Amino acid sequence: MKLNFEHLQAAHCENGVTTSLLRHNGVSKITEPLAFGIGSGLFFVYIPFWKINNGPAIAFRTRPGLIFKRTCKSLGIPVTRKKFSSKEEAAKILDECLQAGIPVGCQVGVYYLTYFPKEYRFHFNAHNIIVFGKEDEQYLISDPVMEEATSLSSYELERVRFAKGPLAPRGQLYYPKDKKDVTDDQIRAAIITGIKRNVRDMIRIPGNIAGVKGIHFMGNRIRKWKDKMGLHQAGLYLAQLVRMQEEIGTGGGGFRFIYGAFLQQAHTYHPIDELMDVSKKFTQSGDLWRAAAVQAAGIYKGRLTSQQDFNIIGDYLAEISELERDAFESLSKIKWG
Amino acid sequence: MKKDDVPQDLGALGKITKEVCYVVDDSGNYGTDLSNGWEVKTKALDAAWEDIAERVKSAREKVKKQEASPLLLFMEIKLMDVPIVAAYTGFWKWQVKRHLKPAVFNKLSDRKLQKYADIFEVSVADLKTMKLHEA
Repeated sequence: MKLNFEHLQAAHCENGVTTSLLRHNGVSKITEPLAFGIGSGLFFVYIPFWKINNGPAIAFRTRPGLIFKRTCKSLGIPVTRKKFSSKEEAAKILDECLQAGIPVGCQVGVYYLTYFPKEYRFHFNAHNIIVFGKEDEQYLISDPVMEEATSLSSYELERVRFAKGPLAPRGQLYYPKDKKDVTDDQIRAAIITGIKRNVRDMIRIPGNIAGVKGIHFMGNRIRKWKDKMGLHQAGLYLAQLVRMQEEIGTGGGGFRFIYGAFLQQAHTYHPIDELMDVSKKFTQSGDLWRAAAVQAAGIYKGRLTSQQDFNIIGDYLAEISELERDAFESLSKIKWG
Repeated sequence: MKKDDVPQDLGALGKITKEVCYVVDDSGNYGTDLSNGWEVKTKALDAAWEDIAERVKSAREKVKKQEASPLLLFMEIKLMDVPIVAAYTGFWKWQVKRHLKPAVFNKLSDRKLQKYADIFEVSVADLKTMKLHEA
Protein backbone atom coordinates (compact mmCIF):
# COMPACT_ATOMS: atom_id res chain seq x y z
CA MET A 1 0.00 0.00 0.00
CA LYS A 2 1.26 3.44 -0.85
CA LEU A 3 -0.04 6.50 0.92
CA ASN A 4 -0.86 9.64 -0.93
CA PHE A 5 2.31 11.42 0.11
CA GLU A 6 4.57 13.84 -1.69
CA HIS A 7 8.35 13.43 -1.32
CA LEU A 8 10.07 16.72 -0.66
CA GLN A 9 13.82 17.30 -0.76
CA ALA A 10 15.28 19.51 1.94
CA ALA A 11 18.73 20.57 3.08
CA HIS A 12 18.38 19.03 6.52
CA CYS A 13 16.71 15.75 7.45
CA GLU A 14 14.79 16.85 10.53
CA ASN A 15 13.61 20.09 8.92
CA GLY A 16 12.55 18.06 5.91
CA VAL A 17 10.63 15.47 7.90
CA THR A 18 8.95 18.19 9.95
CA THR A 19 8.00 20.17 6.85
CA SER A 20 6.72 17.14 4.91
CA LEU A 21 4.69 15.70 7.77
CA LEU A 22 3.15 19.05 8.65
CA ARG A 23 2.26 19.74 5.02
CA HIS A 24 0.73 16.31 4.76
CA ASN A 25 -1.33 17.18 7.83
CA GLY A 26 -2.71 20.31 6.26
CA VAL A 27 -0.21 22.97 7.35
CA SER A 28 0.10 24.23 3.79
CA LYS A 29 2.30 27.26 4.50
CA ILE A 30 5.16 25.56 6.31
CA THR A 31 8.56 25.63 4.59
CA GLU A 32 11.95 24.24 5.59
CA PRO A 33 13.34 27.61 6.76
CA LEU A 34 10.17 28.30 8.77
CA ALA A 35 10.35 24.88 10.43
CA PHE A 36 14.03 25.46 11.24
CA GLY A 37 13.52 28.96 12.61
CA ILE A 38 10.34 28.23 14.57
CA GLY A 39 12.12 25.22 16.06
CA SER A 40 15.08 27.50 16.96
CA GLY A 41 17.43 25.18 15.10
CA LEU A 42 20.49 27.43 14.93
CA PHE A 43 23.10 26.74 17.56
CA PHE A 44 26.77 26.33 18.20
CA VAL A 45 28.56 24.24 20.77
CA TYR A 46 32.11 22.95 21.06
CA ILE A 47 32.78 20.48 23.85
CA PRO A 48 36.54 20.46 24.33
CA PHE A 49 36.89 17.31 26.44
CA TRP A 50 34.65 15.12 24.27
CA LYS A 51 35.55 13.20 21.15
CA ILE A 52 33.31 11.98 18.35
CA ASN A 53 34.79 9.62 15.75
CA ASN A 54 38.26 10.44 17.14
CA GLY A 55 37.74 14.14 16.44
CA PRO A 56 36.33 17.24 18.14
CA ALA A 57 32.69 17.38 19.30
CA ILE A 58 31.08 20.30 17.49
CA ALA A 59 27.45 21.02 16.66
CA PHE A 60 25.97 23.78 14.54
CA ARG A 61 22.38 22.96 15.37
CA THR A 62 20.19 22.18 18.27
CA ARG A 63 19.74 18.70 19.76
CA PRO A 64 18.14 16.09 17.45
CA GLY A 65 14.38 15.84 17.85
CA LEU A 66 13.89 19.35 19.19
CA ILE A 67 13.08 21.02 15.87
CA PHE A 68 10.11 18.72 15.24
CA LYS A 69 8.96 18.95 18.84
CA ARG A 70 9.20 22.72 19.16
CA THR A 71 7.78 23.54 15.75
CA CYS A 72 4.71 21.34 16.28
CA LYS A 73 4.22 22.68 19.78
CA SER A 74 4.49 26.31 18.70
CA LEU A 75 1.91 25.73 15.99
CA GLY A 76 -0.44 24.01 18.44
CA ILE A 77 -0.18 20.57 16.87
CA PRO A 78 -0.06 17.60 19.25
CA VAL A 79 2.56 14.96 18.49
CA THR A 80 2.73 11.21 18.98
CA ARG A 81 6.20 9.83 19.69
CA LYS A 82 7.01 6.23 20.59
CA LYS A 83 10.14 4.31 21.48
CA PHE A 84 10.30 0.53 21.60
CA SER A 85 12.20 -2.17 23.40
CA SER A 86 10.91 -4.88 21.07
CA LYS A 87 11.66 -4.97 17.35
CA GLU A 88 8.45 -6.89 16.64
CA GLU A 89 6.35 -4.30 18.42
CA ALA A 90 8.15 -1.49 16.56
CA ALA A 91 7.36 -3.12 13.20
CA LYS A 92 3.76 -3.83 14.21
CA ILE A 93 3.00 -0.26 15.27
CA LEU A 94 4.63 1.10 12.10
CA ASP A 95 2.47 -1.20 9.95
CA GLU A 96 -0.64 -0.15 11.87
CA CYS A 97 0.11 3.52 11.24
CA LEU A 98 0.56 2.87 7.53
CA GLN A 99 -2.71 0.89 7.48
CA ALA A 100 -4.40 3.88 9.09
CA GLY A 101 -3.00 6.12 6.35
CA ILE A 102 -0.43 7.92 8.51
CA PRO A 103 3.05 8.62 7.09
CA VAL A 104 5.50 8.23 9.95
CA GLY A 105 8.78 9.92 10.84
CA CYS A 106 11.49 7.52 12.01
CA GLN A 107 14.83 8.22 13.68
CA VAL A 108 17.49 5.95 12.17
CA GLY A 109 21.23 5.30 12.15
CA VAL A 110 23.09 5.86 8.89
CA TYR A 111 25.76 3.17 9.28
CA TYR A 112 23.58 0.43 7.77
CA LEU A 113 21.52 2.73 5.56
CA THR A 114 21.95 0.88 2.29
CA TYR A 115 21.06 3.64 -0.16
CA PHE A 116 23.65 6.06 1.29
CA PRO A 117 27.10 6.17 -0.31
CA LYS A 118 29.60 4.11 1.66
CA GLU A 119 31.76 7.19 2.29
CA TYR A 120 28.97 8.74 4.34
CA ARG A 121 28.12 5.76 6.50
CA PHE A 122 29.44 6.54 9.96
CA HIS A 123 27.84 5.54 13.27
CA PHE A 124 25.55 8.54 13.34
CA ASN A 125 22.16 7.74 14.82
CA ALA A 126 20.14 10.93 14.51
CA HIS A 127 19.10 10.76 10.88
CA ASN A 128 15.39 11.16 10.10
CA ILE A 129 13.29 9.63 7.35
CA ILE A 130 9.60 9.20 6.56
CA VAL A 131 8.01 5.82 5.87
CA PHE A 132 5.01 6.31 3.61
CA GLY A 133 3.99 2.87 2.41
CA LYS A 134 4.77 -0.81 2.05
CA GLU A 135 4.75 -2.80 -1.16
CA ASP A 136 5.69 -6.51 -1.01
CA GLU A 137 7.96 -6.40 2.05
CA GLN A 138 9.63 -3.20 0.76
CA TYR A 139 8.97 -0.06 2.79
CA LEU A 140 8.65 3.15 0.80
CA ILE A 141 10.99 5.78 2.19
CA SER A 142 11.11 9.52 1.80
CA ASP A 143 14.59 10.61 2.90
CA PRO A 144 14.62 14.42 2.85
CA VAL A 145 18.26 14.70 1.79
CA MET A 146 17.67 12.56 -1.32
CA GLU A 147 16.29 13.94 -4.56
CA GLU A 148 13.93 10.99 -5.05
CA ALA A 149 11.92 8.69 -2.78
CA THR A 150 13.55 5.30 -2.17
CA SER A 151 12.85 2.02 -0.36
CA LEU A 152 14.20 -0.38 2.27
CA SER A 153 13.43 -4.05 2.97
CA SER A 154 11.83 -4.94 6.32
CA TYR A 155 15.19 -6.20 7.55
CA GLU A 156 17.08 -3.12 6.41
CA LEU A 157 14.56 -0.81 8.03
CA GLU A 158 14.60 -2.76 11.29
CA ARG A 159 18.37 -2.61 11.33
CA VAL A 160 18.58 1.17 10.98
CA ARG A 161 15.70 1.75 13.41
CA PHE A 162 17.56 -0.30 15.99
CA ALA A 163 21.05 1.05 15.35
CA LYS A 164 23.12 1.10 18.55
CA GLY A 165 25.54 3.50 20.16
CA PRO A 166 25.21 7.21 21.03
CA LEU A 167 21.71 8.61 20.38
CA ALA A 168 20.41 5.08 19.65
CA PRO A 169 16.98 5.55 18.04
CA ARG A 170 15.34 2.54 19.76
CA GLY A 171 12.84 2.24 16.95
CA GLN A 172 11.59 5.73 17.61
CA LEU A 173 8.72 6.93 15.45
CA TYR A 174 6.70 10.13 15.51
CA TYR A 175 3.94 11.95 13.68
CA PRO A 176 1.56 14.90 14.16
CA LYS A 177 -1.65 13.63 15.75
CA ASP A 178 -4.19 15.90 14.12
CA LYS A 179 -4.90 16.99 10.58
CA LYS A 180 -5.47 20.74 10.59
CA ASP A 181 -4.26 23.93 9.05
CA VAL A 182 -2.82 26.71 11.15
CA THR A 183 -3.68 30.38 10.86
CA ASP A 184 -1.26 33.15 9.88
CA ASP A 185 -1.60 34.48 13.43
CA GLN A 186 -0.36 31.17 14.80
CA ILE A 187 2.63 31.27 12.44
CA ARG A 188 3.31 34.88 13.44
CA ALA A 189 3.34 33.98 17.13
CA ALA A 190 5.44 30.87 16.50
CA ILE A 191 8.06 32.93 14.66
CA ILE A 192 8.42 35.26 17.65
CA THR A 193 8.76 32.33 20.05
CA GLY A 194 11.33 30.69 17.79
CA ILE A 195 13.47 33.81 17.45
CA LYS A 196 13.37 34.62 21.18
CA ARG A 197 14.41 31.09 22.06
CA ASN A 198 17.25 31.26 19.54
CA VAL A 199 18.43 34.55 21.03
CA ARG A 200 18.56 32.79 24.38
CA ASP A 201 20.50 29.81 23.01
CA MET A 202 23.06 31.89 21.14
CA ILE A 203 23.82 34.83 23.44
CA ARG A 204 22.32 34.15 26.87
CA ILE A 205 23.62 30.71 27.80
CA PRO A 206 26.20 30.99 30.61
CA GLY A 207 29.66 29.50 30.16
CA ASN A 208 31.94 29.88 27.18
CA ILE A 209 31.43 26.76 25.08
CA ALA A 210 27.93 27.36 23.68
CA GLY A 211 26.45 30.04 21.43
CA VAL A 212 28.50 32.92 20.01
CA LYS A 213 30.98 32.63 22.90
CA GLY A 214 31.60 29.02 21.92
CA ILE A 215 32.60 30.11 18.40
CA HIS A 216 35.16 32.52 19.82
CA PHE A 217 36.38 29.89 22.28
CA MET A 218 36.86 27.28 19.57
CA GLY A 219 38.74 29.83 17.46
CA ASN A 220 41.22 30.29 20.32
CA ARG A 221 41.59 26.56 20.75
CA ILE A 222 42.29 26.12 17.03
CA ARG A 223 45.21 28.56 17.32
CA LYS A 224 46.79 26.06 19.74
CA TRP A 225 45.97 22.88 17.86
CA LYS A 226 49.17 22.78 15.82
CA ASP A 227 51.46 22.92 18.86
CA LYS A 228 49.25 20.72 20.94
CA MET A 229 48.69 17.78 18.62
CA GLY A 230 50.93 18.24 15.62
CA LEU A 231 50.10 19.27 12.08
CA HIS A 232 48.64 15.95 10.92
CA GLN A 233 46.22 15.49 13.81
CA ALA A 234 45.26 19.18 13.76
CA GLY A 235 44.43 18.76 10.07
CA LEU A 236 42.13 15.85 10.88
CA TYR A 237 40.41 17.92 13.56
CA LEU A 238 39.83 20.74 11.08
CA ALA A 239 38.49 18.24 8.55
CA GLN A 240 35.94 17.11 11.12
CA LEU A 241 34.96 20.73 11.81
CA VAL A 242 34.38 21.31 8.09
CA ARG A 243 32.30 18.14 7.81
CA MET A 244 30.07 19.14 10.71
CA GLN A 245 29.71 22.57 9.15
CA GLU A 246 29.15 21.75 5.50
CA GLU A 247 28.08 18.14 5.14
CA ILE A 248 24.65 17.08 3.97
CA GLY A 249 21.99 18.65 6.04
CA THR A 250 23.39 22.07 6.77
CA GLY A 251 22.32 23.88 3.60
CA GLY A 252 25.86 25.31 3.60
CA GLY A 253 27.71 27.53 6.08
CA GLY A 254 26.69 25.57 9.16
CA PHE A 255 22.92 26.28 8.79
CA ARG A 256 23.55 30.06 8.70
CA PHE A 257 22.09 30.37 5.19
CA ILE A 258 18.92 28.50 6.17
CA TYR A 259 18.54 30.90 9.08
CA GLY A 260 19.00 33.86 6.75
CA ALA A 261 16.23 32.42 4.55
CA PHE A 262 14.04 31.98 7.63
CA LEU A 263 14.39 35.65 8.60
CA GLN A 264 13.38 36.73 5.09
CA GLN A 265 10.30 34.50 5.26
CA ALA A 266 9.60 35.81 8.76
CA HIS A 267 9.55 39.27 7.19
CA THR A 268 6.52 38.36 5.09
CA TYR A 269 4.63 37.67 8.34
CA HIS A 270 6.15 40.54 10.34
CA PRO A 271 7.06 43.42 8.00
CA ILE A 272 9.85 44.73 10.24
CA ASP A 273 12.93 46.08 8.43
CA GLU A 274 15.40 44.70 10.97
CA LEU A 275 14.54 41.15 9.94
CA MET A 276 15.85 41.80 6.42
CA ASP A 277 18.97 43.52 7.76
CA VAL A 278 19.75 40.71 10.18
CA SER A 279 19.14 38.18 7.41
CA LYS A 280 22.02 39.81 5.52
CA LYS A 281 24.25 39.39 8.55
CA PHE A 282 23.60 35.66 8.54
CA THR A 283 24.43 35.46 4.85
CA GLN A 284 27.66 37.26 5.67
CA SER A 285 28.31 34.91 8.58
CA GLY A 286 27.70 31.81 6.44
CA ASP A 287 30.13 33.18 3.86
CA LEU A 288 32.75 33.69 6.57
CA TRP A 289 32.24 30.15 7.84
CA ARG A 290 32.86 28.94 4.31
CA ALA A 291 35.96 31.13 3.93
CA ALA A 292 37.27 29.58 7.16
CA ALA A 293 36.54 26.12 5.68
CA VAL A 294 38.58 26.95 2.56
CA GLN A 295 41.46 28.02 4.80
CA ALA A 296 41.12 24.83 6.87
CA ALA A 297 41.12 22.75 3.67
CA GLY A 298 44.49 24.27 2.80
CA ILE A 299 45.79 22.75 6.03
CA TYR A 300 44.33 19.25 5.76
CA LYS A 301 45.34 19.08 2.11
CA GLY A 302 48.92 19.79 3.24
CA ARG A 303 49.26 23.02 1.29
CA LEU A 304 49.29 25.31 4.35
CA THR A 305 51.49 24.40 7.29
CA SER A 306 52.41 27.48 9.34
CA GLN A 307 51.09 28.69 12.70
CA GLN A 308 49.91 31.82 10.92
CA ASP A 309 47.54 29.65 8.85
CA PHE A 310 45.90 28.44 12.06
CA ASN A 311 45.71 31.99 13.37
CA ILE A 312 43.79 33.02 10.27
CA ILE A 313 41.06 30.49 11.10
CA GLY A 314 41.01 31.79 14.68
CA ASP A 315 40.56 35.32 13.33
CA TYR A 316 37.68 34.22 11.09
CA LEU A 317 35.91 32.63 14.04
CA ALA A 318 36.42 35.70 16.22
CA GLU A 319 34.87 37.81 13.48
CA ILE A 320 31.96 35.37 13.05
CA SER A 321 31.35 35.35 16.78
CA GLU A 322 31.07 39.15 16.88
CA LEU A 323 28.90 39.26 13.79
CA GLU A 324 26.45 36.69 15.14
CA ARG A 325 26.38 38.34 18.56
CA ASP A 326 25.48 41.58 16.87
CA ALA A 327 22.81 39.82 14.77
CA PHE A 328 21.16 38.21 17.79
CA GLU A 329 21.37 41.42 19.82
CA SER A 330 19.45 43.14 17.00
CA LEU A 331 16.88 40.34 17.02
CA SER A 332 16.49 40.59 20.78
CA LYS A 333 15.68 44.31 20.50
CA ILE A 334 12.92 43.95 17.93
CA LYS A 335 9.57 45.39 19.06
CA TRP A 336 7.11 42.83 17.79
CA GLY A 337 4.07 45.02 18.35
CA MET B 1 26.38 32.36 -0.62
CA LYS B 2 25.44 33.71 -4.02
CA LYS B 3 23.60 31.55 -6.51
CA ASP B 4 26.55 31.73 -8.93
CA ASP B 5 28.96 30.53 -6.25
CA VAL B 6 27.26 27.18 -5.62
CA PRO B 7 30.07 24.64 -6.00
CA GLN B 8 29.63 21.78 -8.46
CA ASP B 9 32.62 19.55 -7.68
CA LEU B 10 31.26 16.04 -8.10
CA GLY B 11 31.74 14.10 -4.85
CA ALA B 12 30.70 10.71 -3.43
CA LEU B 13 27.23 11.97 -2.56
CA GLY B 14 26.80 13.87 -5.81
CA LYS B 15 26.95 10.59 -7.72
CA ILE B 16 23.83 9.45 -5.87
CA THR B 17 21.96 12.65 -5.13
CA LYS B 18 22.46 16.37 -5.35
CA GLU B 19 22.02 18.32 -2.15
CA VAL B 20 20.00 21.41 -1.36
CA CYS B 21 21.83 24.68 -0.64
CA TYR B 22 20.32 27.96 0.46
CA VAL B 23 21.53 30.82 -1.72
CA VAL B 24 20.77 34.47 -2.46
CA ASP B 25 20.04 35.78 -5.95
CA ASP B 26 21.22 39.12 -7.38
CA SER B 27 18.57 41.10 -5.55
CA GLY B 28 19.44 39.42 -2.26
CA ASN B 29 16.43 37.12 -2.03
CA TYR B 30 16.87 33.64 -0.63
CA GLY B 31 16.03 30.52 -2.58
CA THR B 32 17.40 27.02 -2.96
CA ASP B 33 19.78 25.48 -5.44
CA LEU B 34 21.28 22.03 -5.92
CA SER B 35 24.95 21.25 -5.52
CA ASN B 36 26.91 18.25 -6.78
CA GLY B 37 29.49 18.59 -4.05
CA TRP B 38 32.28 20.87 -2.91
CA GLU B 39 35.97 20.04 -3.17
CA VAL B 40 36.64 21.50 0.30
CA LYS B 41 34.38 18.98 1.98
CA THR B 42 35.25 16.08 -0.32
CA LYS B 43 38.83 16.53 0.85
CA ALA B 44 37.66 16.66 4.47
CA LEU B 45 35.88 13.34 4.01
CA ASP B 46 38.93 11.89 2.23
CA ALA B 47 41.10 12.95 5.18
CA ALA B 48 38.75 11.10 7.56
CA TRP B 49 38.91 7.91 5.46
CA GLU B 50 42.69 8.09 5.08
CA ASP B 51 42.89 8.27 8.86
CA ILE B 52 40.66 5.21 9.14
CA ALA B 53 42.88 3.33 6.67
CA GLU B 54 45.89 4.21 8.86
CA ARG B 55 44.13 2.95 11.97
CA VAL B 56 43.19 -0.30 10.23
CA LYS B 57 46.77 -0.79 9.14
CA SER B 58 48.18 -0.25 12.60
CA ALA B 59 45.49 -2.49 14.12
CA ARG B 60 46.43 -5.29 11.73
CA GLU B 61 50.04 -4.99 12.80
CA LYS B 62 49.15 -5.03 16.47
CA VAL B 63 47.14 -8.22 15.99
CA LYS B 64 50.01 -9.84 14.12
CA LYS B 65 52.36 -8.95 16.96
CA GLN B 66 49.88 -10.48 19.43
CA GLU B 67 49.38 -7.13 21.10
CA ALA B 68 45.65 -7.22 20.43
CA SER B 69 43.04 -9.76 19.40
CA PRO B 70 41.50 -9.73 15.88
CA LEU B 71 38.59 -7.88 17.45
CA LEU B 72 40.59 -4.65 17.22
CA LEU B 73 41.05 -4.96 13.48
CA PHE B 74 37.35 -5.50 12.82
CA MET B 75 36.40 -2.68 15.17
CA GLU B 76 38.57 -0.27 13.20
CA ILE B 77 37.21 -1.54 9.89
CA LYS B 78 33.63 -1.11 11.09
CA LEU B 79 34.38 2.26 12.75
CA MET B 80 33.21 0.89 16.09
CA ASP B 81 34.54 1.79 19.50
CA VAL B 82 34.10 -0.25 22.68
CA PRO B 83 30.73 1.29 23.71
CA ILE B 84 29.25 0.69 20.24
CA VAL B 85 30.49 -2.91 20.12
CA ALA B 86 29.12 -3.48 23.62
CA ALA B 87 25.74 -2.05 22.60
CA TYR B 88 25.46 -4.23 19.49
CA THR B 89 26.68 -7.49 21.05
CA GLY B 90 25.09 -7.17 24.47
CA PHE B 91 28.43 -7.71 26.21
CA TRP B 92 29.51 -5.34 28.96
CA LYS B 93 32.17 -2.80 28.04
CA TRP B 94 34.68 -4.42 30.39
CA GLN B 95 34.06 -7.75 28.68
CA VAL B 96 34.77 -6.27 25.26
CA LYS B 97 37.96 -4.72 26.62
CA ARG B 98 39.02 -8.12 27.96
CA HIS B 99 38.23 -9.78 24.65
CA LEU B 100 40.67 -7.40 23.00
CA LYS B 101 43.45 -9.37 24.71
CA PRO B 102 44.65 -12.22 22.49
CA ALA B 103 44.91 -14.71 25.38
CA VAL B 104 41.30 -14.11 26.40
CA PHE B 105 40.01 -13.95 22.84
CA ASN B 106 41.57 -17.31 21.95
CA LYS B 107 39.58 -19.02 24.69
CA LEU B 108 36.19 -17.56 23.76
CA SER B 109 33.38 -19.98 23.03
CA ASP B 110 31.99 -20.17 19.50
CA ARG B 111 28.72 -18.79 20.80
CA LYS B 112 30.42 -15.59 21.94
CA LEU B 113 32.54 -15.38 18.81
CA GLN B 114 29.37 -15.70 16.75
CA LYS B 115 28.04 -12.49 18.31
CA TYR B 116 31.10 -10.62 17.12
CA ALA B 117 31.04 -12.34 13.74
CA ASP B 118 27.40 -11.22 13.28
CA ILE B 119 28.04 -7.53 13.85
CA PHE B 120 31.21 -7.53 11.77
CA GLU B 121 29.41 -9.45 9.01
CA VAL B 122 32.05 -12.21 8.75
CA SER B 123 32.18 -15.93 9.63
CA VAL B 124 33.66 -17.09 12.94
CA ALA B 125 36.53 -18.72 11.04
CA ASP B 126 37.30 -15.48 9.24
CA LEU B 127 37.03 -13.53 12.46
CA LYS B 128 39.75 -15.70 13.99
CA THR B 129 42.05 -15.59 10.97
CA MET B 130 41.35 -11.91 10.10
CA LYS B 131 40.40 -12.89 6.59
CA LEU B 132 38.49 -10.18 4.87
CA HIS B 133 36.05 -10.36 2.04
CA GLU B 134 35.74 -6.72 1.26
CA ALA B 135 32.55 -5.91 -0.56
